Amino acid sequence: MSPTPEIVFAGTNGGALTEIADYEAVGGFQALAKSRALTPDDVIAELNASNLRGRGGAFFPTGRKWSFVPKPDKIDKPHYLVINADESEPGTFKDREIMLRVPFRFLEGSLIAAHAIESKHIFIYIRGEYEVEFEVLVAALEQMRAKDLLGAVTIVVHRGAGAYICGEETALLESLEGRRGLPRTKPPFPAIAGLYASPTAVNNVESITSATTVMEIGGAEYAKLGVENSTGTRVFSLSGNVVNGGNYELPHGYPLRDLINELGGGIADGRSLKAVIPGGSSTVILTADEANTVTLDFDSLVGAGTAIGSAAVIALDDRCCMVQLAVRVSQFYEHESCGKCTPCRVGTKWLTSILQKIEDGRGTQADMNLLVSVAERINGKCLCPLGDSDAIAVMSYFDKFRDEFQAHIDEGGCPFHGESSLDHLLAPVAMHIALPEGKAIDGLINV
Amino acid sequence: MSTLSLYDEIQEIRARYPESLSAVMPALQLAQERSGGWLPEQAFRDVADALDLTPAYCLSIASFYDMFRLEPIGETVIEVCTNISCGLKGAQQVLEAFESELGLKAGDTTDEFTLRTVECLGGCGWATIVAVNNRHRLHVQAGDVPRIVAELRGSEWKEPDEPDA
Ligand SMILES: Cc1cc2nc3c(=O)[nH]c(=O)nc-3n(C[C@H](O)[C@H](O)[C@H](O)COP(=O)(O)O)c2cc1C
Ligand code: SF4
Ligand code: FES
Repeated sequence: MSPTPEIVFAGTNGGALTEIADYEAVGGFQALAKSRALTPDDVIAELNASNLRGRGGAFFPTGRKWSFVPKPDKIDKPHYLVINADESEPGTFKDREIMLRVPFRFLEGSLIAAHAIESKHIFIYIRGEYEVEFEVLVAALEQMRAKDLLGAVTIVVHRGAGAYICGEETALLESLEGRRGLPRTKPPFPAIAGLYASPTAVNNVESITSATTVMEIGGAEYAKLGVENSTGTRVFSLSGNVVNGGNYELPHGYPLRDLINELGGGIADGRSLKAVIPGGSSTVILTADEANTVTLDFDSLVGAGTAIGSAAVIALDDRCCMVQLAVRVSQFYEHESCGKCTPCRVGTKWLTSILQKIEDGRGTQADMNLLVSVAERINGKCLCPLGDSDAIAVMSYFDKFRDEFQAHIDEGGCPFHGESSLDHLLAPVAMHIALPEGKAIDGLINV
Repeated sequence: MSTLSLYDEIQEIRARYPESLSAVMPALQLAQERSGGWLPEQAFRDVADALDLTPAYCLSIASFYDMFRLEPIGETVIEVCTNISCGLKGAQQVLEAFESELGLKAGDTTDEFTLRTVECLGGCGWATIVAVNNRHRLHVQAGDVPRIVAELRGSEWKEPDEPDA
């Protein structure tokens, strides 16, 4: 299957459109002019016709989300558009490339969205580690201000400071308000009481960038791309044991097998495919056989018991020990757990410890049962999806590769004997922190 | 280098937000930049003064987020991503190469270097990702490490098999 023309990256020719004149030369800002000439409701209707769905992970219809924001005459508070550029789901690196290569298309989409929800205030929450991307956005905004494209709208680029949980929309809002990033209970939903308890739409970078194209070509035209329920293109982040890792913009419905074997150049180092994580580390793993049958869209992946998530495809070859994978994934969620609710705060640590024990050859049959029981006590009992993600991911490795877990018990150690690709991988949560000699802390902080 | 005082610059940041509490993170980021890359006790007092907060509140924010540093750091901070995509491509070998080249363990700090592991840096398809003072290097392999360290030390790098003249 051949990829369709680019939508998100249209006009880039493999490069970047970081000069405003270059972006205008490929039709830039026409969608904004067109949208501003329409009523907000008409813009939302166009989005609904496109059936564009959120690219941040939950796949919620973008037009519907905007329509939930009350009209200004219903609530006497400012409306906010908050853009989620916190991209931190392991395996995902698409928003970064979008901001680097098509910053104006992204910012144009932001202004279109602001018009649709009748907001004059846009906040872009960008992960702190994205320093170059931040600089590119700031430079692009300067150019737009010089051309007076913002109108009465203000855009503030707010830098995160390293916390995966701040990608969760309510934690993001807490963080943006100047607090620790602890998720809020819902309801109220952000559309009613979001930033500063005011009506707020929170959208992912790619959703917003795609909205520009929807307004450019029209919702009906956009809906012709992709497949039913999963319209349009998607920027897939391909990583792991493939020859050519990178981002690939493809129509939804593209075969996973072709992404790995054709575009990705197949499995590297003459190895064979063992498994695929299809939508970021929070999603259920697919065995190689399963991976060969699915297509990259919502329905196909749900049908296979997993999810499209953040469209981050991670290919694992036969050198990877599944218990080590489970340890490392669980260490990540343990490290990033905000600690607000008990099943996640305690459970992620327990999962890691039990898995580590099994990996080290100290595990017993009882630990295998304990692992399942702890996962069951996490899943579905957490305040936000972070805790669930750990349990779901780990249990999928356990269910589909149980023989490998069992072999650790039976052999009293890792059957890979130090040859697994993830052997002894040092996670931040396991890293010792040593103070330099002679650099004792003067008095205050030693947390 | 800005000529404004930290206090004045924080007021400018504060003015961007409808509520001043929102300025605490950018203010701490600025204070950290001004204090050699970490947050000493004085930085919390300064930020607290500038935003009408308490130092304890500022510390509670700083301790939540990984990028705030509560201890002195080396002049060059090397962060190796060891999440799964990088791990599959040899991140542990890259980390160990840095450890042996620098004579440090992950987590250690000297005046010159801080070496640590970090979670996914959002460059998984270009593994292994190594951040050097927040600038990301892509496709790093263990064999590249001696050259990188020599470059960071400002010394000339010689191929190991090249006989010294
Ligand atoms: C733990 C967690 C982390 C998340 N991280 C991100 C993220 O980094 N970027 C993102 O856009 N959405 C992330 N999300 C999803 C957001 O909560 C939210 O659904 C999304 O930003 C909405 O935008 P969309 O409708 O345009 O997809 C995360 C969700 C959870 C539960
Ligand atoms: S599930 Fe975890 S991250 Fe989410 S609110 Fe609970 S403790 Fe925090
Ligand atoms: S796993 Fe290393 S950058 Fe994502």
